[in-house]
Amino acid sequence: MVMEIVCPAGTPAALRAAVKAGAHTVYCGFNDETNARNFPGLNFDRAEMRAGVAFAHDHGAKVLVAINTFPRAGSEAIWHRAVADAETCGADAVILADIGLLDYAACSHPGLRRHLSVQAAAANADVINFYAETFDVKRVVLPRVLSVPEIAAINAETEVETEVFVFGGLCVMAEGRCSLSSYATGLSPNMNGVCSPASHVEYQNDQGALNTRLGGYLIHRVERNQPAPYPTLCKGCFSAGEKTGHLFEDPVSLNAERLIPQLQKAGVTALKIEGRQRSKSYVAQVVRNFRAAVDALEAGRPLPEGMLARLSEGQAMTTGAYKKTWR
Amino acid sequence: MELTVGPNQFFWPAENWMSFYGDLAHASVDRIVLGELVCSKRLPFYQDRIPDAITRLVEAGKQVALTSLALVTLKRERKLTADLADLGVTVEINDLTALAHLPQNTAFDVGPLINVYNEGTLAWLVSRGARRICLPPELPIASVRVLAQAAASLGVAVEVWGHGRLPLAISGRCYHARLHGRSKDNCQFACENDPDGLDVLTGDGQPFMAMNGVQTLSDSYACTDHQIELLQSAGVSALRLSPQSQGFPRLCALYRQRLDGQLDRGDLEHALRAADPGIRLSDGFLTGESGAEWSGSACAPIEAAR
Repeated sequence: MVMEIVCPAGTPAALRAAVKAGAHTVYCGFNDETNARNFPGLNFDRAEMRAGVAFAHDHGAKVLVAINTFPRAGSEAIWHRAVADAETCGADAVILADIGLLDYAACSHPGLRRHLSVQAAAANADVINFYAETFDVKRVVLPRVLSVPEIAAINAETEVETEVFVFGGLCVMAEGRCSLSSYATGLSPNMNGVCSPASHVEYQNDQGALNTRLGGYLIHRVERNQPAPYPTLCKGCFSAGEKTGHLFEDPVSLNAERLIPQLQKAGVTALKIEGRQRSKSYVAQVVRNFRAAVDALEAGRPLPEGMLARLSEGQAMTTGAYKKTWR
Repeated sequence: MELTVGPNQFFWPAENWMSFYGDLAHASVDRIVLGELVCSKRLPFYQDRIPDAITRLVEAGKQVALTSLALVTLKRERKLTADLADLGVTVEINDLTALAHLPQNTAFDVGPLINVYNEGTLAWLVSRGARRICLPPELPIASVRVLAQAAASLGVAVEVWGHGRLPLAISGRCYHARLHGRSKDNCQFACENDPDGLDVLTGDGQPFMAMNGVQTLSDSYACTDHQIELLQSAGVSALRLSPQSQGFPRLCALYRQRLDGQLDRGDLEHALRAADPGIRLSDGFLTGESGAEWSGSACAPIEAAR
């Protein structure tokens, strides 16, 4: 079966562009703290979600609604309502991370398909099967800490479909288990749906160089006229012992397009593209490229040559943990 | 309030590990969680000492629990996790994989690396047998209060991160190995040289984080000296002290004195600074704008004192 391309949409326009460009599936979220890309001006209100799902279904595509932050104590009703509204809007599945929310969805909306978000950091077959048995989860988005052989081993031991990230931002920490951002800024992916938020970024000219700070901490310093990467904490330049550099990860983004055949052999069902914060033209171009790749693979043709490098903000690309160099 | 000693996050030589737990038998703490949390490669160096340490601590009247790993990926790690209950002490789950392996109806504890952010998750864990829950360090006091009430109504204890470098992230990649230009499989145990983690500084020399193998910690030591009354009024039943290589029994004694009212608010901070003038403290996750903040002696009067 052809591998499913799962594409981000931060706006209704991006959803339509992705569907027209050939996305099999689009994922998106409501415009509040219930989703892990809670950025100003992004995401869908209820009417937009209903219209977006209808548009996708008319074109033979599916819509997944990400409700993948961890509900705030005392305010779970906001998250429960998001699950209920996703079902009312006709979503094909919800993407959840929180145990309590999975339990709520399984009990109160049993007919709504459940996917396990990458934010749950389910990194082995035992725990994936546990989520399936307990909450009837049908698909798991795997954390970006696994190699291709590890993914193959997981698929050999589970009936749950697996979805893996192939393009876009790269978390080097286990997702859903990182509070670097809230340590520096007070806002975190788990609680607020944001990492290294733009509201806490400062740029300062300093003797011919540009300093980029997050929450007051210097993350990058580049010579003027050099590109300044966004100050994502784990990709900053730091010192430890005798060394100075990108101690956790270089400012790179993920591109695993060349690994698609290996991922298919490893039993992966769906390929996920990161970037609900991206423009519709970016989304359309990435989708076209990945759709062409999986169609070529299905037809037994060679993969088209990579054309995505220039979409990565001038940053270097990496295959992340998929190739075992991390080990 | 009680005191719990969390699992050692660092890699210490087996002799040091054993003497640390030997000392704890006489320390003013109620409960000790031991075992390997961070990296399964460290375990063979001290694994055979764990049963002895458990016996000594139990004989000294301490409650003892055994932690799971925080991130379970390899086959050997899955096996280790499946075998945790065999030692006959309570298991503290720090990855849901450990719960998947516990026999149904087995009581267990929940560690700070399980995402318990709300009442629904807490209630579900209790329905599965959780008896004690240490909340994620990231939670603000408003959430702690709601969760402590929910836990009380279900008859389980809630614990909060009381002191020590904060566990901020866990990864599939080993940063100590990366720093030394090695792969994780060939790390040569570089983390052993940093018994309290390796300081990570920003480009302008500001201390920020600490590296500990696959784990990333805060540079600052979380400290609840200025939060004790607030946490007591919220219904928190225990503070978790995280092991450090120097002066740990004294740290336990200071917290015990603070909880018993022998030290006033600020006295504990003062004692810590007297012992280590350079120590950097934080309590911002509970009451600050960001986790790194420190309310210190200049903070506003706390609401619980009213």
